Parts: sequence; C-alpha cells; structure tokens
Amino acid sequence: MVTYSCGVSDDDRVFKALADPTRRFLLDLLFARDGRTLTELESELEMTRFGVMKHLRVLEEANLVVTRRSGREKLHFLNRVPIREIHDRWIDKYTEPHVTALVELKDHLEGKS
Amino acid sequence: MSTDTQVYRVFINAPAQAIWDAITTPEISRQYGYRAIADYDLRPGGAYAGRADADMQAFGMPETVVDGEVIEADPPHKLVQTWRFLWSDEIKAEGPTRLTWEIKEQPGGVCSLTLTHELAGAPLHAEQVAGAIEGAGGGWAYVLSDLKTLLETGKCLPGA
Repeated sequence: MVTYSCGVSDDDRVFKALADPTRRFLLDLLFARDGRTLTELESELEMTRFGVMKHLRVLEEANLVVTRRSGREKLHFLNRVPIREIHDRWIDKYTEPHVTALVELKDHLEGKS
Repeated sequence: MSTDTQVYRVFINAPAQAIWDAITTPEISRQYGYRAIADYDLRPGGAYAGRADADMQAFGMPETVVDGEVIEADPPHKLVQTWRFLWSDEIKAEGPTRLTWEIKEQPGGVCSLTLTHELAGAPLHAEQVAGAIEGAGGGWAYVLSDLKTLLETGKCLPGA
C-alpha cells in the first residue's frame, strides 16, 4: 500500500524504485506488454519467485505498478502517472531549456541551421 | 481485462467528492488536461460527451471530441462508461472502448483515483491515451497529473 503524508513527496519512492536494474527491467517488460502475471514476469528473469515479488512490491509502493485481479489471476500494469509527475517536476522545469540549447548547438555545429 | 488494458493511478490530497466533481462537471473538467468540457447524464444508459471549447475547435477539433454512454454511476466512488474519440473516421470506426473510474479513500484524507481503460481492438485509442503520439499531449498520465495539480494547488500545469 502506498502511504502518503503531507509534506513528504512520493518522488523519493519513485527514485528509489528506479535505482535498481531489475526493477527497471520489470518496467520495460510491462511497457512492452502490459497486464502480466507474476509467473510471466518471473520467466523473463534469472531470479527466484520471491525475489521478483519483492521487486514488484517496491514498484507497487512507488505506485509505478498497479495490480488488478482478473478471475484468479493477478495482473501487473505499468502506471505512467508517477513518471509523468517526475517529468513535469524535474525535466520540464529545469532541463528542457538546456536540452533545447544543446540540440540547437548540435544542429548549428552540424550545419543544419 | 487483457494486455490491451491500460491502468493509471494517482493519489490526490482531496475528498472523493471533489475528485468526482472534477471528472463529471463541465465547469471543472474544462480546467485541466485537454480542457474538454464533460457533459454527463449520470444514469445507466445516459449519454456522455466531451465537448471542445472554441480554442480546440479552432485547432481543427470537432465540436464533440469524445462520445460514450454511462454504464454505472455510483457517486463519488465509481463511474463506468464507454469512450470513443471522434476526430477521424479511422478512430471512430474502432468503436467504443470501456473506461472505469474508481475513487477510494485512503488513510490520511488522501484518495486514490484509478482509471482502467479497456482498449481491445482499439489501437489508435490506445496510442492516444498512452501519450505515445508526438505533439498530442501525454494521454491519461498527463490528464491525471494535471487533475491532481488542480485539486491540490488550484493551479494547472504550466504551459498546458
């Protein structure tokens, strides 16, 4: 369960969740094909079922993965909203002018403008 | 529910009723996301329309951008409806998709809003709502994070 208290940003949980190659791989798997079971995800990894469950729990706590029941199966879905929030908070505000400047510089150096 | 389903969840520091109103009333729905004006007849079988404002129409959008039908309305917790984009013959032809809005109170006065969009047989809809089209906004993730910003701060995302 995601806990949420006033003044504490969920960004910490998202960054922590993303700071692990296995968890990023799990997100990539769900990006490629959403709505997978634990068994399906586990088959893509050299890891015990329990290990995969632990990683999925961290992703769920960061709200990056949402699970839904479908009959007897529990399906895992990639939730793009926290990534969007990180984008709005960190990329748009601080980085985009610099990125634009670098892209323009690159274009200029490559003689495109 | 299948791999053609997309799920979005956001935690919003607002009462369930405020979130419900933001989704279902024209005055609030025009203040976030793509600014479409929601027009709901909140009864099973009632019509839904997402209407374009003057700016959107000037941008080439039809007067009604989205249509659909209310399947279940249980305010302020659950709304099930169909959803069909109308801006091209191709996208219209995909037919209605199914959308479920669920609002749940969480500990600490916060609510979760979970949006489940069932998109089997509707690849153009899926692409649009996933935010995968360049220059066509960020899809549901953009709409929900803008909704959160509006309800928590009274402001919309910059540049929107």
